[in-house]
Amino acid sequence: MSTALTKGTKMTTNSNIAKIGGTTSIKSYREALNDAIREEMRRDPTVIVLGEEVSGGAGCDGQDDAYGGVFGVTKGLMPEFGRERVIDTPISEAAIIGAAAGAANNGLRPIAELMFFDFIGVSFDQIFNQAAKFRYMFGGKSKTPMVIRGTVGAGWRAGAQHSSMLHSIVTHIAGLKVVMPSNAYDAKGLMVQAIRDEDPVIFLEHKVMYNNECEVPDEQYAIPFGEAAFPRQGKDVTIVAISNMVTHAIAAADILAEEGITCDVIDPRTVSPLDDEAILESVEVTGRLVVVDEGNPRCGLASDIAGIVAEKGFYSLKAPIRTVTAPHTPVPFAPALEDAYVPNVDKVLAAVRDVLGA
Amino acid sequence: MPYHEDFLLRAYRSMKTIREFEERCIKEFMGGNVPGFVHASNGQEAIAVAACIDLSNSDIIGSTHRGHGHCIAKGCDVGDMMKEIMGRSSGLCKGKGGSMHIADIDKGMLGANAIVGGGPPLVNGAALAAKTLGTNHVAVSFNGDGSANQGTTMEAMNMAAVLQLPHIFIYENNGYAEGTSANYGLGCDSLTDRNAGFGMPAECVDGNDFFATYEAIKVATQRARDGGGPTSIEAKCVRFDGHFIGDPQLYRGENEVKNARKDQDCLKIFRDRVIKEGWLKAAAMNAIDKEIALEIEKAVEDGLAAPHPDPATDLMSDVYCSY
Repeated sequence: MSTALTKGTKMTTNSNIAKIGGTTSIKSYREALNDAIREEMRRDPTVIVLGEEVSGGAGCDGQDDAYGGVFGVTKGLMPEFGRERVIDTPISEAAIIGAAAGAANNGLRPIAELMFFDFIGVSFDQIFNQAAKFRYMFGGKSKTPMVIRGTVGAGWRAGAQHSSMLHSIVTHIAGLKVVMPSNAYDAKGLMVQAIRDEDPVIFLEHKVMYNNECEVPDEQYAIPFGEAAFPRQGKDVTIVAISNMVTHAIAAADILAEEGITCDVIDPRTVSPLDDEAILESVEVTGRLVVVDEGNPRCGLASDIAGIVAEKGFYSLKAPIRTVTAPHTPVPFAPALEDAYVPNVDKVLAAVRDVLGA
Repeated sequence: MPYHEDFLLRAYRSMKTIREFEERCIKEFMGGNVPGFVHASNGQEAIAVAACIDLSNSDIIGSTHRGHGHCIAKGCDVGDMMKEIMGRSSGLCKGKGGSMHIADIDKGMLGANAIVGGGPPLVNGAALAAKTLGTNHVAVSFNGDGSANQGTTMEAMNMAAVLQLPHIFIYENNGYAEGTSANYGLGCDSLTDRNAGFGMPAECVDGNDFFATYEAIKVATQRARDGGGPTSIEAKCVRFDGHFIGDPQLYRGENEVKNARKDQDCLKIFRDRVIKEGWLKAAAMNAIDKEIALEIEKAVEDGLAAPHPDPATDLMSDVYCSY
């Protein structure tokens, strides 16, 4: 059973949980994703998982399910559903995505894992020229219900080719839905929706959040796409933050609240479709906007959201919009540089004070 | 004696340096001195050294995420490597690359690569430059059995055959693509047979045997220098550590690594052979062991003492404009 949440009301995560009802547990982001996938696989035999090491140990002498994904998200699925539905593949990203898209056109609901989303480069044609375009290009006659999972972001000292935030690239592609949960509750509900969705969904998990815990309903629930969450409410400044940046935005809002400055923190949860209405309504009240995104600044999500507000909410603005992003470089390896690269609470605070003229 | 003493001592020194470097990296990683994802190549030393020992700095290699051994075999400074792996500003890439992205262009080391199959097309480019410029240089790509199944790798093999590029494709088949069996990931029985299908000579050797590997690569390198085009060499070997340092390796059989360390250690096999043949004395190798131990100790000490990059100046350097 799923419980769809109503659109448009400003409510906290906790009040959503009350609406869903039933028992709850404290779950990590990793466990919440695992729950969502497992329950959907139980419910719908057409849901399959495929990718590199989604189980691990294929053809080896040791234990099966040795990895369950490199971050353990799909652990335990292969023992329950078998290798027919939890498929370890060769290291062949283009073939993985193509197989998922083709299977989605032909009766399955594949969840393909790209492991590190940086590997999108190897497989990109199958995503943006193929899967993304089928529905429109074939006159609405083709359905591609697939999920592409990948881990994004810096913080693991994994260097330039395992740490990118490439969400803006896929957000740019018409035909793709792009999901970026910032907590375990959203991760579960958005994954359920992603699996049930009829279109290709890019599901981006930030690798520093897998152990983050919060209260999660035990029942299966779907969070509709295009509906922002409001982890903090206020009237002085709107802070829109994406993925793990929501954590920093909330921390900044709590510090500012002690100074009497209240922030409306908006977590879009899905960046395509984007709940631009929620952002514009908030800016109408606050007149001030800070957008926080770990991606690169040019042609990125922060500048995209700033552009929407500049175009549609210009007369509400009392100060120039500020964006807080990574600099325009690849992700550096050295901890000293990586820490300076990723936006943090101090940078959010500085931007908020700047738009307040404080 | 079929090999010059100096050659044998260089080969031994290089292999032993890789072994000590990797085992020390594991220790330093576990001790918290090496950040990030690190993939050790201990057990696979013979192949790196066999491929690189006759190359000049103008011959190019492209490596993998498991690239420390290739770096050392190609002549990269172990002190500067350790600094890089520790993320220090005096490292080979100023601390910006790290273990998975380490490169030394001056030494003809085009880079480790954190994208499986990322290297072979680039190495084709190095080979194309050598062919077009008529330099007589060769290019070597290191690949794993996992990389063999990437489209990029297969496209590069076909193009190398079509353009008759001086590119030696070396496949280090350690039996595992991460935590999946190489045999599972390969749709046919033999990678070498498949590679021959691309239209190039393809040979399979025992990668634990330095001499067998060296002789095969020597022929391939000479053929490439003579304009005879690419070659595939599959070297069967053993990965002594996990896919990454810290990998619990649950997928490996009981005693598998222990037995491999006993029976399939390329360094032991090398030592036993050269002593048995009377080519080298144990004392000469023991002396090298002592030198290497000091060298690695110094690399770690210098690495730990080296300054971290300064975000104020280093974060935004090496870019063409700042946003």
